[in-house]
Amino acid sequence: MVGLVVVSHSERAAEGIVEVAAEMAGDTRIEPVGGDGQGGIGTVPDDIGAAIDAADDGDGVVVLVDLGSAVMNADVAVELSDAEAVIADAPVLEGAVNAAVAATDPSATLESVHEQAEAARGMEKL
Amino acid sequence: MSGETRTDGGAADDASDGDAVVAAVEAVADRIEGERDHLTDLDSAIGDADHGGNMARGWAAAAEAARDLDDPDPQTVCKTVGKTLMAEVGGASGPLFGGSLVFASAELDGGVTPESAVAFAETYLEKVEDRGDARVGDQTMVDALTPAVHTFKKSIETDELPPLEALAKAVDAAERGVAFTVPIRAKKGRASYLGWRSVGHQDPGATSALFILEELLAVAADRLDAEVPDVDATSPTIPDEGAAESDDATPPDPEDG
Repeated sequence: MVGLVVVSHSERAAEGIVEVAAEMAGDTRIEPVGGDGQGGIGTVPDDIGAAIDAADDGDGVVVLVDLGSAVMNADVAVELSDAEAVIADAPVLEGAVNAAVAATDPSATLESVHEQAEAARGMEKL
Repeated sequence: MSGETRTDGGAADDASDGDAVVAAVEAVADRIEGERDHLTDLDSAIGDADHGGNMARGWAAAAEAARDLDDPDPQTVCKTVGKTLMAEVGGASGPLFGGSLVFASAELDGGVTPESAVAFAETYLEKVEDRGDARVGDQTMVDALTPAVHTFKKSIETDELPPLEALAKAVDAAERGVAFTVPIRAKKGRASYLGWRSVGHQDPGATSALFILEELLAVAADRLDAEVPDVDATSPTIPDEGAAESDDATPPDPEDG
């Protein structure tokens, strides 16, 4: 099953986003990761790498990210990871929800989940 | 922790090169700490005023991690320093300065030679460019690193200069690159939000990159027991007689149609 990682500068934001996405996620593994490791705002590549490993069961991982250096740190973590992981260019919460739903499809692949996560870019709210 | 004596293990060359890299990391940490307020002042003008503190904290941790290594070969030192910077430096500087070092360290697999140093420098620059999606002229550290790496590569591969002289030229090139960041507009990083107001400010990341290169040069000269060569990155250093015989060395005549 394709796993998900939600990366935010704020550990609590990542956990909150996972809480929302998990409602729709069935058995999908969704790992929140965030914060600078010392209780502050930021992201750490090694922590993101550990979250990718935790979310991966061999079918790959889609990584949702918030802003700026979180994207770069996730990029480093993906490049260093042995797991097949890919960053979705999508708004982090909407992308996570979309990806969670897509991952529950029995025929889901890393590509299909990634694509659905990125489809959140076009989501209109009004 | 910080008072530990260094152990000499492993193959003699690798161990002494590893020691030299550890010494360079310590020199960089001292320099960045000394420049902390300077870097923060540069960053407060166009960014969020955290560059000096972030870099000082990260390099101090990196120096400690490097000192703690038992058998420091150059590749391991660079990888450890990169990992530590990634974990300790906040913001984009972590993945840019540290992440690039982790990947570039793979080029030192066979030890430090002029050739592997060029490969290391090229990989480092490539990773910074890709990760930051930045090119020359964006008012970033790429503006310091690009002339430095190009000058170093050319000095080693084309001019066959001694490595210390090549590094000295690279540092001079980086200095010119830092100066180039002043009169241009930022296109990447937080300074880019300022638009035209970023013109007239020296980029803090490029400045840090220059300080790091200056310390590498100083430590290399010290290890070789040599003076830092007085060089100019803009001098061509092409042997006169060889140039005339080469097909592509003849400059095109601008008057020619």
